[in-house]
Amino acid sequence: MRGTHDIKQKIRKYWGVFTALLILTVVTVGISYLKFGLAAAIIAALTIALIKGSLIACFFMHLISERKLVYVILGFVVFFFLSMMLLIYASYFSLPGGATYVS
Amino acid sequence: MELMPYIVEERKDTGLYNAKLGIWLFLSSEVMLFGALFSSYVLLRTGAAHWPQGSSILNVPMGAFNTVVLIASSVSMVFAWAALKENKFGKFKFNLGITILLALTFLVVKSFEYGAKFEHHMYPKTNTFLAVYFTLTALHALHVIGGIIVNSYFWGPGSKMWQTDPQRFTNRIEIAGIYWHFVDLVWIFLFPVLYLL
Repeated sequence: MRGTHDIKQKIRKYWGVFTALLILTVVTVGISYLKFGLAAAIIAALTIALIKGSLIACFFMHLISERKLVYVILGFVVFFFLSMMLLIYASYFSLPGGATYVS
Repeated sequence: MELMPYIVEERKDTGLYNAKLGIWLFLSSEVMLFGALFSSYVLLRTGAAHWPQGSSILNVPMGAFNTVVLIASSVSMVFAWAALKENKFGKFKFNLGITILLALTFLVVKSFEYGAKFEHHMYPKTNTFLAVYFTLTALHALHVIGGIIVNSYFWGPGSKMWQTDPQRFTNRIEIAGIYWHFVDLVWIFLFPVLYLL
């Protein structure tokens, strides 16, 4: 009985997350029509994407109540992901004359 | 016949069953795959003398519609798992069916977008922006196709397991769901990065 009650509570939460994701999608598109500078637009868009991603990971992927080992694995993922980004971006300084947009 | 241990029950030391550990390790490798491409995008964009705004080339309303479609499919996927937890197999079939239909809708919309680009002679070779766009979105679409195949199996022949081993089947749907939410999560980042910035 308790299990069924818990699931009903979770389903209510899923509806809430769905609503939040829809609102944030509208906000993302809406903000893109406001003419901020590029830096502000990037910060706003990625911040909203991070919030949306966190909602999906925490509630739909059940990360909010996951076992410790999963958090350890994700910790390694974050470390290696950031290291890879830095290493790839570091090659910016060794580009011959800067990369060009090929059109 | 002795089956492999921890298929259904959780290991005492990790608290995870095999498939749960497996999917998180698999998704870790996926983060590195998409991460490498995202990093390449950042490098190409910051190194370029000129870079177009995504909205000047891509169809923002179509991209936004597809975002809503994928979010809705994530919700129906998690409802499918919740239905099994409530022992409601019919509700599970309905929700997983909706998930598959929404995933197909996503691909149809994407194919219209690709078609419109090709009509205007815009190909991956045309410029760096389009090369990045086609690479990232095609790789993502491949993941969507993979999800459709797995979910269709669980909706059809694979669902027989519910009669013989309901706990194991529920775990399978949870794992398929975690993968599907990851596919949604990747799109959540692809949409603003490619279409809006």
